Amino acid sequence: MSTTSTKDHAELAGQFNADEQRVDWHDETLWWIRQKRDKAVNQFPEWELLRETGSKIKEHTLSNLGNYLEAFEANALANGITVHWAADAKEHNQIVHGIIKKHGVNRMVKSKSMLTEECHLNEYLAENGIEVIDSDLGERIVQLAKEPPSHIVLPCIHKKKEEIGDLFHEHLGTPAGVSDPQILAETARQHLREVFLTRKIALTGVNFAVAETGEFVVCTNEGNADMGAHLSEVHIASMGIEKIIPKREHLGVFLRLLTRSATGQPITTYSSHYKKPRPGQEMHIVIVDNGRSVQLGRKDFRNSLKCIRCGACMNTCPVYRRSGGHSYHNAISGPIGSILAPNLDMEKYADLPFASTLCGSCSNVCPVKIDIHDQLYKWRQVIVKAGYTTKTKSAGMKLMQWTLSSPGIYHAAGKAGRMVMKYAPFAVNNALNPWYKQRDMPKPPAQSFDEWYKKNRGKK
Amino acid sequence: MSTRGGILSAIRANQPELTVLPDVEPLKAYANKENLLAQFTTIATNIGAKIYEAKNLAEVKSVIQNNFGADVKIISTISELSDIADTKEYLNDLPVQLADVELTILQSDLAVAENSAIWITEDQMGQRVLPFITQHLAIIVNAKNIVATMHDAYSSIGITTQGFGAFIAGPSKTADIEQSLVIGAHGPRSMSLFLLTGD
Repeated sequence: MSTTSTKDHAELAGQFNADEQRVDWHDETLWWIRQKRDKAVNQFPEWELLRETGSKIKEHTLSNLGNYLEAFEANALANGITVHWAADAKEHNQIVHGIIKKHGVNRMVKSKSMLTEECHLNEYLAENGIEVIDSDLGERIVQLAKEPPSHIVLPCIHKKKEEIGDLFHEHLGTPAGVSDPQILAETARQHLREVFLTRKIALTGVNFAVAETGEFVVCTNEGNADMGAHLSEVHIASMGIEKIIPKREHLGVFLRLLTRSATGQPITTYSSHYKKPRPGQEMHIVIVDNGRSVQLGRKDFRNSLKCIRCGACMNTCPVYRRSGGHSYHNAISGPIGSILAPNLDMEKYADLPFASTLCGSCSNVCPVKIDIHDQLYKWRQVIVKAGYTTKTKSAGMKLMQWTLSSPGIYHAAGKAGRMVMKYAPFAVNNALNPWYKQRDMPKPPAQSFDEWYKKNRGKK
Repeated sequence: MSTRGGILSAIRANQPELTVLPDVEPLKAYANKENLLAQFTTIATNIGAKIYEAKNLAEVKSVIQNNFGADVKIISTISELSDIADTKEYLNDLPVQLADVELTILQSDLAVAENSAIWITEDQMGQRVLPFITQHLAIIVNAKNIVATMHDAYSSIGITTQGFGAFIAGPSKTADIEQSLVIGAHGPRSMSLFLLTGD
């Protein structure tokens, strides 16, 4: 990266790649989930129409977002929900902290919300003396490990069960060496049940917010969002402005798309529709912008706001599967994270759009047909023009431009390259060549196509 | 300008030209309406639910009495089950006081064949937390109330005015540890579905 000192995707992927067996396991596990997705969606002849409809509903919503947000707010208010607006992460965190302070408590239970990861809410509240316990099992595991989630749907997909067993031994008192998922999950159930029963305030994310009814829908398999919310006296739901959908009937489209794309499940165990607070309960919605209205104005990138956070693009991505979610150094990793992050900070995330082969698999599986790989390509142009690429990348590109601009230089360079790889492979198979890391260089061909053509066809 | 005003005006300045909202109606034409009960049963079994076909409430009651001891706390919103379950007292409890319920028996009017989800409204839950906090959940639904897809389900639900409602499909589960499926995450450890097939 040009000026920042944080590690970039290539460096972080290098760390992940140090353990080859783990990389293979990670790769295979995610590909297995991708295959489950294929099996689930191939049962439906209308799948492509479903994707197209989902995409067009989101497109329409974005084209009328101001009105839909106002309608949602009016209906939510009429339902007895308090509505807050936050321009950025800081304001979101202050609003949540304000609600907690007002109730005079110092702890809260939270179900999965990528928005609160994006806003670094837990860190903010910890600095202010408030303890937050994440209740999704995967999130609780990475929280105990003091790590961020590495996947939006499968937060601890990078962890082996033995590592989780060690964490539970240290923090939750399981016997040393126990790594049976059944026993670990039961331990977490007992531990978190106590948390659910004793927390006055629960925060949840929002999967969909319906303008027509002022309700929001939260999807989980574990039941953790519902346990937290229904046992709490105060329920706070945080949502980005792009979570809006116009009508309740549109939930039919998105709930059919979401989990089939995510894990191949027909639907999550719980799809909970929160419309009014329980009698005696307080319900708050925090509507957050945090750069989304800027992204809405970027014609080439606004489609990224259609995302329903299924994670299909991560599961299918050959780079994600082999580099791990943490290599993206952003709350949302993978292909979708790589097109969302540069909008928030182009310099800090300049490396992410380059962390892709542009194979297009992400766009093919996206349930709302976001042109992810095209946007990755377009971000590269924007980032290079803005001068945020590394010196090596810029120098390499200039050399490539010079080579490709003249047939003479191109042929000479090709010949030299083949000679080096044939007679002096150590000159490229070394640590100075970043391409050689975790890869073998290909065998060089004996001649170029041009040489072959001249020899075999040129005579005629 | 207030934060709200600032966000809304930034959105209005940046949102693209209005596009048409697509119709979801054409999707309904693809629904497989053949043998909804069999479709529903296959998927429900795959996601870990136990299926019982029953002619009437008496049959439901006998299955429950065979599966659960007489000494466990059972709550139901169905008044006809008052001899085996608490059908009234629990309404006065605070949600946290329901932590020791072993079995909850609820009734639903809507099931979906394509994903075996059951729609339950707040009224049918008695208390919102019940279908989640209970160790085991049983739901009774008439087989006639199975619709093909989620599109049909939302047509049937409409825009109810209830404060809370949920689609529930199977027992709670997690696969967060190395993708190993564990049934009984934070919610029920089992889900029994009683499909009433009598008249």
